[in-house]
Amino acid sequence: MRQTDRYFKFDWITIVLFLLLVGFGWMNILSASHIGETIDYFDFSQPYGKQLVFIMLTFLLIVILLSIEAKFYERFSSIIYLVGLLSLAGLFVFGKNVNGATSWYGIGGMTIQPSEFAKAATALAVAKYVSDMNTDIKNFKDQIRLCVIIALPAILVLLQNDAGSTLVYGSFFFVLYREGLPKIYLWIIVVLGLISVASLKFGPLITIVATSIIVFSFHFLRKKKPSIIQPIAMLLAAIILTFGVNFFYQKILQPHQQDRISLWLRLEKDPDKIEQMRRDILYNLYESEKAISSGGLNGKGFLEGTRTTGKFVPEQHTDYIFSTVGEEWGFLGSALVVITFVLLLLRILHLAELQKSQFSRVYGYSVASILFFHFMINIGMVMGLIPTIGIPLPFFSYGGSGLWGFTILLFIFIKLDSNKINEW
Amino acid sequence: MRQFLLFFLIIIVGFTFIGRLFYLQVYSSSAHNLYEDNAIRKVYDYPKRGFVYDRNGKLLVGNQPSYDVMVIPREVKPLDTVEFCQLLKITKEQFIKTYEKAYRYSPRLPYVFIPHLSKEDYAVLQEKMRKYEGFYIQKRLLRDYQTQYAANVLGFIAEVTQSQIEKSPYYKMGDLIGKQGVELSYEEELRGVKGIKFIQKDRFNRDIGPYKDGKFDTLPKQGKDITITIDSKLQEYGEWLMKNKKGGIVAIEPSTGEILTLVSAPSYNPNLLVGRKRSRNYTKLHNDSIHLPLIDKSLLREHEPGSPFKALVALTALQEGVITTETAVSCSGVYHYGRNGKMGCHCGGGRRSLNLGIAKSCNSYFANAFRKTVDKYDDSHKAMDIWSNHIKSFGLGQYLGTDLPIGKKGNIPDGSYYDKWYPDFNWGATTIISNAIGQGEIQVTPIHLANMTAAIANRGHYYTPHIIKDIEGQEINKDFVTKHQTTINENHFEPVIQGLYDVYNKGTAHFLQVPGIEICGKTGTAENFTVIDGKRTQLTDHSIFVAFAPKDNPKIAIAVFVENGYYGARFAGRIASLMIEKYINNEISRTDLENWVLTHSLENEYQKPFSGEPFKINAESQYQIIDLQEKPQTDNKPVEAQNQTITIPANETN
Repeated sequence: MRQTDRYFKFDWITIVLFLLLVGFGWMNILSASHIGETIDYFDFSQPYGKQLVFIMLTFLLIVILLSIEAKFYERFSSIIYLVGLLSLAGLFVFGKNVNGATSWYGIGGMTIQPSEFAKAATALAVAKYVSDMNTDIKNFKDQIRLCVIIALPAILVLLQNDAGSTLVYGSFFFVLYREGLPKIYLWIIVVLGLISVASLKFGPLITIVATSIIVFSFHFLRKKKPSIIQPIAMLLAAIILTFGVNFFYQKILQPHQQDRISLWLRLEKDPDKIEQMRRDILYNLYESEKAISSGGLNGKGFLEGTRTTGKFVPEQHTDYIFSTVGEEWGFLGSALVVITFVLLLLRILHLAELQKSQFSRVYGYSVASILFFHFMINIGMVMGLIPTIGIPLPFFSYGGSGLWGFTILLFIFIKLDSNKINEW
Repeated sequence: MRQFLLFFLIIIVGFTFIGRLFYLQVYSSSAHNLYEDNAIRKVYDYPKRGFVYDRNGKLLVGNQPSYDVMVIPREVKPLDTVEFCQLLKITKEQFIKTYEKAYRYSPRLPYVFIPHLSKEDYAVLQEKMRKYEGFYIQKRLLRDYQTQYAANVLGFIAEVTQSQIEKSPYYKMGDLIGKQGVELSYEEELRGVKGIKFIQKDRFNRDIGPYKDGKFDTLPKQGKDITITIDSKLQEYGEWLMKNKKGGIVAIEPSTGEILTLVSAPSYNPNLLVGRKRSRNYTKLHNDSIHLPLIDKSLLREHEPGSPFKALVALTALQEGVITTETAVSCSGVYHYGRNGKMGCHCGGGRRSLNLGIAKSCNSYFANAFRKTVDKYDDSHKAMDIWSNHIKSFGLGQYLGTDLPIGKKGNIPDGSYYDKWYPDFNWGATTIISNAIGQGEIQVTPIHLANMTAAIANRGHYYTPHIIKDIEGQEINKDFVTKHQTTINENHFEPVIQGLYDVYNKGTAHFLQVPGIEICGKTGTAENFTVIDGKRTQLTDHSIFVAFAPKDNPKIAIAVFVENGYYGARFAGRIASLMIEKYINNEISRTDLENWVLTHSLENEYQKPFSGEPFKINAESQYQIIDLQEKPQTDNKPVEAQNQTITIPANETN
């Protein structure tokens, strides 16, 4: 095989999109974290300087990832998964507490967040299990096993008080659905979501009445009428769920979480109180929306954002990095970032569908799903479309673990993809 | 189908995000403006407001510092209110009330907590201000009037209103802006341009340094000093003479159109509208509905001109060639017209040519002249258009275009005006004969009359009256040095001026002669009516007088209007003669006239319509004699009136 072929088989479109996002992300970290007018690019005490080092190390990481034999990832996926679980579990002993979450190992001056790497490990494990000859995803036992594979790291992450990252494991649903999970699960999720939202928004009574009307009219319209017990059981489940959701919202959620949901579902009607809540509880969101909004069509220009320079948005270089894009690059720049993400996600999805081995396809699908979840939750949160959930924007947010975690996730797939001709 | 679920979700989320971005950034966002960005603190540096000098270089308006205690409620930390209230000389209740007001206005924006501290309070407070976080002292420049007079000319400054802020982005909450007089006319020159510093704030509202290293900061530009055309001594003298009278005096230098004096009586001491007592005083002045001290009567009081208008009637008749200087009318004390129309005349009767007609103010003579002018044309509509055109060429019936911010048009009727009035009636000269003697539908303001007099004094041209003389050498508006030619040929003026001269010589103003000055003048007496309890009631006539002097190379043209002063020579004539003597000779020889004016008040006349009782007018009403008024101060000592409250006698206005 000639030397050049080896490089051409990597999917350069994905790589270019990745580089665009990382490069533009760094520019925004620079904006969000520089102090004063002078910028020393290699000032490692500042986030932008550190991130520059992380990015450089990323290239080394990429070379390593692409050099490893593709088969390695499939063969060693179980071991990688176990290492991932152990590193998460080890946090309970050796972990370092930062901002209320015990998600970091402190090594020298550096901190490493294993949950960022555990996603890739879980994706490998899921791909491995689903692609196993003996696995039938329609089989309930296999479904339970898969659920355990996904839930183990998720629970460990939740126990470290990192609810946002836990949620990301929900993205594996798309993978399993694609691979043949019965449709009933999709319906259950949709109905659960609708009833939960409705019972909070409209109250239990209206929700139950509406649910019973729908359930019974369905029942009586069907030509072949099953037992009356079926709709009654469904209704009972709905009633329990309705009250359960309300109980959960009022008794179990903490006040700040209640307020996030209350604002999101517009439960509070008094405009003054809403404004007050926005300012007090959702200060970050309030400021980030204002920063984005102040950018207008064209934005204020690179390093010209007054709210960014004034550090009005807390955590702007991490979870709220997109507000910098909004303020300094305006609608045009922000829309371009959204489009770039969408293109990257669709490209990965497209490549995944082209895979000949089920392992590669499931893994590729996992990559797309995980990145999509991050993209949707992060940008949705920064723009006030969904309740505040703190997870990073892939390739953009400041942080070495995050950047490397996503890089590993993506480039394992690029390697698998480059190997597809050898699969036969 | 299964593989499309995620595919569609990605696309839907992408579109949702772009839609949301569009809503946030394009639909509901305005373009970035440093001034509206609350991440940037704007610190203004207010320049000195320009001084105002009179034509002789006397300083009329300067500046004085004033200190306001400001508060930004959100930044206030718990403080020792007892001590603080003591320092500010307020009670704790006042403190709480003001603080709540400030908080309601905005927790984040500066609010004037206590305006206009005295210098002593400021000195004490300044030391301790650091202890009270959220409070600070802001220095402002207030006006410092070096005169008690000319309030109507100088005007005043006050805080900008919300609508002004919306109209001009230059102004910010709390800025001061000219509201009347030259302060308003020359606001842009006087105010200068304030400097601004942009300071980047962080989210705790702390300053973290100049925004962009001060790239956008500007230095203040000082306001320009202006010199106005007012002769402050003459102005003072005029206001002194007009004490206890209502009306206006306008004096113009005919050769330039410069306004020498613009008296509106009653007026007020301009220092009343400066400082802490300003709003209380302003309300009092504003509510005085009898004297209307805030209304400039010389610019805004429309009235019938009366006999001075006869000069223009004569000039138009001469120009139209319907009379000559020799044309004579025999006056029998009444002028008959139409079937049974009658117009009375007080001239004494006899043969009246142009000269005696003017000197004796013979109504019959001018009724005849006017009638001939209108009857020259078959079509009265066309005749009135031509006549109206002549009159308007003297600046009447239109805004004069002065550089004072207010004015009235007055009214000079033309053909279509009467067509509207008499749509089904073939009107003619006799229908509108009152115009011949300056009554009927003619309306002027005192400045119109003064300008008309200046145009006659100049033998047929005038310069737009104006108040500005110099703005630090900057060229003044070209309109003020443009000659406006009237439609009357120059040769027609001499006989009319001779007539006006004879008014003093042998006519209605012969007792007003000033030795050594050749004055030309014309008396005027205008009937006027008001409505009391729904009934049209006649009041004592207005006393009107116009004059210019000297007859050749005139230096001053003047119009005096005294409300309800009865016949023209009685108040207005005396005042005009005194003003002319004061201006030309700088001293008064006719002290008898001066004494008379100063010891006669018209206050009783002005109370009559409000008294609710029947009253007598004109010759039947009694003079109100008062003590001699004190001479005006003419020294340069600043007048300390800021903290005085005026006392205006309570009015039983119903």
